[in-house]
Amino acid sequence: MNNSEWPLWEVFIRSKQGLDHKHVGSLHAADAAMAVQNARDVYTRRLEGVSIWVVESKHIHASNPDEAAEFFDPAADKVYRHPTFYDVPDSIKHM
Amino acid sequence: METLAQDLTPEAQFQARIDADIRIEPKDWMPEAYRKTLIRQISQHAHSELVGMLPEGNWITRAPSLKRKSILLAKVQDEAGHGLYLYSAAETLGTSRDQMLADLHSGKAKYSSIFNYPTLSWADMGCVGWLVDGAAILNQVPLCRTSYGPYARAMVRVCKEESFHQRQGFEVMQTLCEGSVAQKEMAQESLNRWWWPTLMMFGPADDASPNTEQSMKWRIKRFTNDELRQKFVDMMVPQADFLGLTVPDEKVKWNEARQAYDFGEVNWEEFWAVVKGNGMCNHERLQARVQAHEEGAWVREAASAHAAKHAAREAVAA
Repeated sequence: MNNSEWPLWEVFIRSKQGLDHKHVGSLHAADAAMAVQNARDVYTRRLEGVSIWVVESKHIHASNPDEAAEFFDPAADKVYRHPTFYDVPDSIKHM
Repeated sequence: METLAQDLTPEAQFQARIDADIRIEPKDWMPEAYRKTLIRQISQHAHSELVGMLPEGNWITRAPSLKRKSILLAKVQDEAGHGLYLYSAAETLGTSRDQMLADLHSGKAKYSSIFNYPTLSWADMGCVGWLVDGAAILNQVPLCRTSYGPYARAMVRVCKEESFHQRQGFEVMQTLCEGSVAQKEMAQESLNRWWWPTLMMFGPADDASPNTEQSMKWRIKRFTNDELRQKFVDMMVPQADFLGLTVPDEKVKWNEARQAYDFGEVNWEEFWAVVKGNGMCNHERLQARVQAHEEGAWVREAASAHAAKHAAREAVAA
């Protein structure tokens, strides 16, 4: 085997105007133009998208799952950030 | 629960997440055996999609009409796509595309034994869609809920596309069965050849399938081989009846007590012979794969050279 495997790209697709791009999977391609074309062929054979982003996988930085508990913990005890925390009298409308 | 979880070993914590139906994602801790089992299963699955293009490729130039040809082309293209989704899912576990392809080409990795049978008549395109893809769907639908996130997501995509494959196959069979006597005979002859190999697709009987128990525990598998085989027979016998075709098994009979069809024993000797490389087309399939890969090498190299040249030019311009 040669050692020239094409780089890996992550593919994001906007399924229709007005929605955000969503991660759908990954693929190999020699460059960005080829990645966009391959993404069209692999991920939009049935009109699944109107716009494609590709990002080389090595450029994605992620949070560490081993530290997920501590990392996301500060949000866990702040119930007052949610509207359901507040009692609104029944007679009050439009709130 | 939180404090308790910290006292558990990593294996026990992992199993607790599986039991709670929490999906495992690529960077999460997982037992080495779980990782290995998944790489083996997902890559085998991907290889099956890739090799699965070959028996149908045989008929693209011989399809009886432009409509059938367009359908077959779309189906084969889907299979290439399915292979790609699955290779990507396997790569998240730390193996590489080159490694997986090398294992396929060297014969180290397996693919579904069904593709080692030849496609001799046009009716075989019907049977491959109706029976083979029908069996594949039964295997694949539960995998949409498999415990490994990227595999489950790939399977959701695959299953959405697969049902067209089965329906077009059924339509090919139905058209033949409603046609001339010779066409109906062609359909029956094809069913005779594909029925048993399709039943083998579900893998060895449960008592001869050592990996099943662990795979069920890890929720990689959701049903046993025999459970799925039974479901398949129950699904297919009425469909064959509808077509006016006879399933080539004298023991097929409705069992009122079990509310299921009884059926005969699969020829396991044949199954193992094909798995071990001695099927009718093992050699031909692998050779076609290796040849396509080798003859495509210059295209891959040219694309890399083109990308490197443009990257260098952009670097100078910047």
